Amino acid sequence: MAKLRNFKIWRGDSDSGDLVNYQTEIDEGMVVLDAIHRIQVESAQDMAVRWNCKAGKCGSCSIEINGVPKLACMTRMNDYGEEETISCRPMKSFPVLKDLVTDVSWNYRQNQRIEPFKPRPREQDGNHRMMQEDVDRVQEFRKCIECYLCQNTCHVLRDHQKNDEFVGPRFMIRLASLEMHPLDTADRIPKIREEYGSGMCNITKCCTVVCPEHIEITDNGIIPLKERVVDRYYDPILWLKRKLFGKKDQSK
Amino acid sequence: MNISELKTYEHDVIVVGAGGAGLRAAIECSAQGMNTGLVCKSLLGKAHTVMAEGGMAAALGNVDHRDHWKVHFRDTMRGGKFLNVWRMAELHAKQAPERVRELEEWGAVFDRTKDGLINQRNFGGHRYPRLAHVGDRTGLEMIRTLQDYGIHQGFEVYMEYSALDLLKDGDRIAGLVAMVRDTGEFVVFKAKAVIFATGGAGKAWKVTSNSWEYTGDGYAMAYQAGAELMDLEFTQFHPTGMVWPPSVAGILVTEGVRGEGGILVNSEGIRFMFDNIPQRFASETAPNEEEANRWLAGDKNARRPAELLTRDVVARAILKEVKEGRGSPHGGAFLDIANRREAEYIKRKLPSMYHQFKVLAELDITKQPMEVGPTLHYFMGGIRVNADSQMTNVPGLFACGECSAGMHGANRLGGNSLSDLLVFGKLAGTGATDYCRSLGQAPQVDAQQVTQIIRSATDILNRESGENPYLIHDDLRETMQDKVGIVRTDEDLKQGIDQLEVLKQRYQKVKAEGTSQYNPGWHEALSMRNLLITSEAVAKAALLRTESRGAHTRLDHEGESDQWLQVNVVIKKGADGSMDVQKVPRPQPPQELQQVANAELEDLETAIAAEAKT
Repeated sequence: MAKLRNFKIWRGDSDSGDLVNYQTEIDEGMVVLDAIHRIQVESAQDMAVRWNCKAGKCGSCSIEINGVPKLACMTRMNDYGEEETISCRPMKSFPVLKDLVTDVSWNYRQNQRIEPFKPRPREQDGNHRMMQEDVDRVQEFRKCIECYLCQNTCHVLRDHQKNDEFVGPRFMIRLASLEMHPLDTADRIPKIREEYGSGMCNITKCCTVVCPEHIEITDNGIIPLKERVVDRYYDPILWLKRKLFGKKDQSK
Repeated sequence: MNISELKTYEHDVIVVGAGGAGLRAAIECSAQGMNTGLVCKSLLGKAHTVMAEGGMAAALGNVDHRDHWKVHFRDTMRGGKFLNVWRMAELHAKQAPERVRELEEWGAVFDRTKDGLINQRNFGGHRYPRLAHVGDRTGLEMIRTLQDYGIHQGFEVYMEYSALDLLKDGDRIAGLVAMVRDTGEFVVFKAKAVIFATGGAGKAWKVTSNSWEYTGDGYAMAYQAGAELMDLEFTQFHPTGMVWPPSVAGILVTEGVRGEGGILVNSEGIRFMFDNIPQRFASETAPNEEEANRWLAGDKNARRPAELLTRDVVARAILKEVKEGRGSPHGGAFLDIANRREAEYIKRKLPSMYHQFKVLAELDITKQPMEVGPTLHYFMGGIRVNADSQMTNVPGLFACGECSAGMHGANRLGGNSLSDLLVFGKLAGTGATDYCRSLGQAPQVDAQQVTQIIRSATDILNRESGENPYLIHDDLRETMQDKVGIVRTDEDLKQGIDQLEVLKQRYQKVKAEGTSQYNPGWHEALSMRNLLITSEAVAKAALLRTESRGAHTRLDHEGESDQWLQVNVVIKKGADGSMDVQKVPRPQPPQELQQVANAELEDLETAIAAEAKT
């Protein structure tokens, strides 16, 4: 049976805004994004919300629902008590454009800074060969749908606004997916330390908690990158070896 | 309005759409030295390609070395019921393997075989395991790879811009007008060539796997500019969309479930697909469970299970079970993988499906069967193009990917879409480059055209009062679902066309509330024009084609007709502004290709093996 439910949705733009009350009927199986769409049709035609696939695959509809960063399309209404008011706010770490839509262009600029994939030559028969077990960990990172919930949650960005010093968890795992790619030949370790800010993360794992793809961002991505940085810069034996032979350490 | 006050960007080529085809086209244009701009409605990396699940078809022969472009070509033609543009199917089958390898070269990480090569999976209508894949998120891998590679190739990306209409200088393209979704401001793109990679128009139906972006923008803009549309009656209903709960009805359940061994069962527990094997595929399909089970166990002499017949066949079979009272509780069929594979295998090979059902339907697919039913998924028809250059009949206008016609004929095989995007995206890039180089004087933008386009868009906001665009859209979806659905009749189609006329009248009075800044109601109203033009074209083409072929099923005209095989339905805007619908004869295919497509499989394979030895 359809039930009338209460919502508070943030309406406004870069200058100002506030939570506005709405009510709509909820049917079985509906998710928060469905409710937002229903409110749009009934009483708020111009309410801005980003969305695309409605199946947790594109990462467009990231918002904060009752204070928790989530994909609106994968958050079921029956996760909340029937009397509970659902609040929807835009992601806090990014500038608001309008209502629930934020300006996430900073993320695109971070990606642009990263040195792209640089493969070794193909084998003689024209193929690349990689074993499944060697690509499993890279595939885990490549599940990322770029919803930027991790970026939104990371306290380095959210609370301390160190956007100039840290690329954020999303791009740490992008870097990890490149550094651990069996075919890749580029060396990004110096930049990971000096420019992308691997040292900024103090592994509170908030990013991992909000990841809708359940990627082990911290354990499998960021910590191994930190270890590679440590090996490169703080291991005295490797340091001496490099001094003597002048070679960069390739630890792929 | 003084158009010199509008922001104007100048490029050699503007690509509209940033899915697989658009990104590949932009990469090609840049690589060939064109100053290129990419205009897309969503954020980069969110286009519909991201939702493709199963894989991309290419005769790499990594899993079964007997595979060959000729076998892929033959499968494609048979799947398309021989209505495909022969040359396009040939180019696709020949070039797909190199496009897959290229994607790997750019960083894609496909699942591997035991030897470390790109793994390939079985799919409907494909003779051999042919789909390069990454679990069930191949589209994400493709779009992210193209995105991460593309951003370093020097083209400009205009994110969250809606293209409104094309600009012309005489007969040829001069650019287009777009609207910045964030701010509502209008911008002019001056360009020598425009490539459309705008996808389909599933949003005209109630049950669809498509996102909001799929509003037929390319079809309508091309039509308005004088381009021809072809074969629009062929709209593919994917057999397996979710049917429950209602809010997610239509969301895709990958064919990969069946490729990995999943079976379709009715409410009586019967695997009904064995009773629905068409004559054309009888010799290549397992006739019973025993042989189908041997196939699943890896017996290379066993034929493929009937669940892997082409999508049109499976969709109609599910519809029949439901109509005859053997459907699942929510009006679909049961798709069971739980009893076919181990839970761990399912989670590894179909992780998104596991997740999607767990969250959206509260169902564990490793334990229970899914409920599935047909969902509008794909347009085989679209903008008519030259097979080699992808240029339309409007000089300077190109189309590739789903929005173009010809490659898939009357029905597309699963997995042929992702490879289509790359093969024809690249060719369109080359075609547009060649065209730009051949141009003498650069085309000029006509201020009056710009003003006209902007006025049409702002009228919707400026009206005192009018109809709610969302409600017009709801009624359109009802009409198309009921009258232009999976099975069609003369009576229904005529009623549908009448209802579309009423909707067109209502649309003249549509009103969007609020301002122009990021206003979904206004965006909805703007795309309604495109959906209405596309819907009318689909309905009129479907009315004209009095036969059943592939995805187009006419209850009042059963079976394929040889006469209809000789023609395409071509639509363009008439001189008086009304829609002109014509039968246009198809050219004769080259004999060599005909021989390949019509060959018995064994003969073809013997010939290929002999060729390989010499």
